[in-house]
Amino acid sequence: MTSLETALRRVRASGRTALVPYVMAGVTSDWTRLVEAAVHAGADAVEIGLPFSDPIMDGVVIQEAALRSLAAGTTLDSVCAELATLDVDAPLVAMTYYNVIHHYGVERAAHAFAHSSLRGAIIPDLPPEEAAPWERACAQNDVATVYLVAPSSPPARVARLAHATQGFAYAAARMAVTGSASDLGDARRVVNALRSVSDIPVYVGIGITTPDHAREAAQFADGVIVGSALMSLVLDGAGTTRVESFVRDFRRALDSTSTP
Amino acid sequence: MTDLFMGPPDERGRFGDFGGRFVPEALMSACLELDEAYRDARVDETFARSLERELSLFAGRPTPVTPLERLSRRLDLRVFAKREDLAHTGSHKINNVLGQALLAQRMGKHRVIAETGAGQHGVATATAAARLGLACTVFMGEVDTKRQELNVFRMELLGATVVPVTSGSRTLKDAVNEALREWVTCVADTHYCIGSVMGPHPFPWMVREFQSVIGREAAHQLRELGVETPDVVVACVGGGSNAAGVFAGFAEGTSRLVGVEAAGGSAVGVGSPGVLHGMRSLLIQDEFGQIEEAESISAGLDYPGIGPEHAYLAARGRAEYVTAHDDEVIAALQVLSEDEGIIPALETAHAVAWLLREAGRSIAPGSTVLLNLSGRGDKDVAQVRALIRGES
Ligand SMILES: Cc1ncc(COP(=O)(O)O)c(C=O)c1O
Repeated sequence: MTSLETALRRVRASGRTALVPYVMAGVTSDWTRLVEAAVHAGADAVEIGLPFSDPIMDGVVIQEAALRSLAAGTTLDSVCAELATLDVDAPLVAMTYYNVIHHYGVERAAHAFAHSSLRGAIIPDLPPEEAAPWERACAQNDVATVYLVAPSSPPARVARLAHATQGFAYAAARMAVTGSASDLGDARRVVNALRSVSDIPVYVGIGITTPDHAREAAQFADGVIVGSALMSLVLDGAGTTRVESFVRDFRRALDSTSTP
Repeated sequence: MTDLFMGPPDERGRFGDFGGRFVPEALMSACLELDEAYRDARVDETFARSLERELSLFAGRPTPVTPLERLSRRLDLRVFAKREDLAHTGSHKINNVLGQALLAQRMGKHRVIAETGAGQHGVATATAAARLGLACTVFMGEVDTKRQELNVFRMELLGATVVPVTSGSRTLKDAVNEALREWVTCVADTHYCIGSVMGPHPFPWMVREFQSVIGREAAHQLRELGVETPDVVVACVGGGSNAAGVFAGFAEGTSRLVGVEAAGGSAVGVGSPGVLHGMRSLLIQDEFGQIEEAESISAGLDYPGIGPEHAYLAARGRAEYVTAHDDEVIAALQVLSEDEGIIPALETAHAVAWLLREAGRSIAPGSTVLLNLSGRGDKDVAQVRALIRGES
């Protein structure tokens, strides 16, 4: 089992609903402080966006964050170097597109991730059918390959994805790109489909924008991912204090429902 | 040993190392459904008949092969043109969209979406949608909607909705991104009618098959004109659909196959392997794997990639890919207009430019050449006037 999965199963065993905020690496010059702020406020893991020029699964907020980050000169190497200076307990999970990794080289990338405490990776345009080289490289470096499951995934694919995913399964709440909706959509159905074939932790993302959504999702999922809502604040100039209070509001909402 | 070129890709949609299906999970089911529907349709007589009917009675096929006599004398070659400019809507794009629109209908989808650069594929898609009674939305980079205002209006006249894309570089690659983002939200009732031999499997194969009518017709027509095997077959390449269509008729023979890219958008010349828009192919990208802009005078060639089958044909040496510069393209457009009475599209003029440059050099005197005349130049006339007068 990957160390990411061990850590996240431990979170679940403690009766806590996992909170996973998303921070686009390089979106501001102090982005690593934003990651720390999120962890201090109670994040159990943080998704670290590695920017790509053509992010087809992202809506306008994360697109804009990626453009800003690229304009500031962010690269895979620069992100890994900055993460090495970071001192947080929560595991970090990269979120990027396959070309960034393909171009860098799958083995080098998995190695670089492992050495900068990125313990998993979500690559939405890399389905398991195309992922054999990447999965091999990850296996050698204790990097978890996290797969998304969509509301449109038929039962046989849900089973396949549940089997392939490591760390957690990412249940997409709706048929949409990030940041385009604000509700739980089909999340419950997707989570239940995963539950019926696997006991891996299941986290809900795409559409969670308020602590109320998080509280509702906590009733059936093991964790929530909050991306565009947080990045939108950061694009508007929010610093560490604002990020910390934003994440803390989600933490409180989740804790108000968890069964210890 | 003989290689079989331009057959079906392997099970995973690969042509050698290129192709595949790099799509988000939300689009996976739609791609699998399309694959199944297409495999089913291609062996179904009824589907073949309805496509043939649309191609002939609506789109005006077969298009002729015209001997270009004055140009031939000028170049000391025997040049024949496959006249896709005479197909309805003025380019080869109609061959693909009629196939895909009929397939969409067969799959029970009520709507098609498409990306477009200059607007040719958008106009063709809007046309096929009107003909078959499908709703149609076209994504077009905001920069291109301004450059090609008349085409936007054409699409609207045809009943389509045109969505200006304001993300990224606001051109063709961003229009593809936006069409893919939209498709995620509506896969159940909407087909993504992609405009070239690109995207995830089965698109590159399916679009090539729909365009292969060009090569099939041309091979037959040349034979009737006494040409068994042309020495050279040349076409311009954006994503590569007109080139793939004409190459398909000659890949098994000995003809020299040549694809001409814009010098500012040469995925084979300056690109490297990468993954974009669902496929592994050759892409123009920086040292960090960020996709770069393609730039030329023809919006239809401004794509930073090339279809995966072309990447394979290039790797295997079965086809060669070359470039033409903007200034030779304008000159070529003028030559073809004055010598032959055909104003070609700027995209097509890239193939003509290569021919003018290479006649008597890598093309021996007396050679037989098939030029795929992918489209007519009406859409480009205002731009060409400005370029010739030095106004832009
Ligand atoms: C007339 C014409 N030729 C060629 C192209 C390039 O596309 P492809 O390479 O897919 O044939 C276009 C695209 O808009 C076009 O309009």
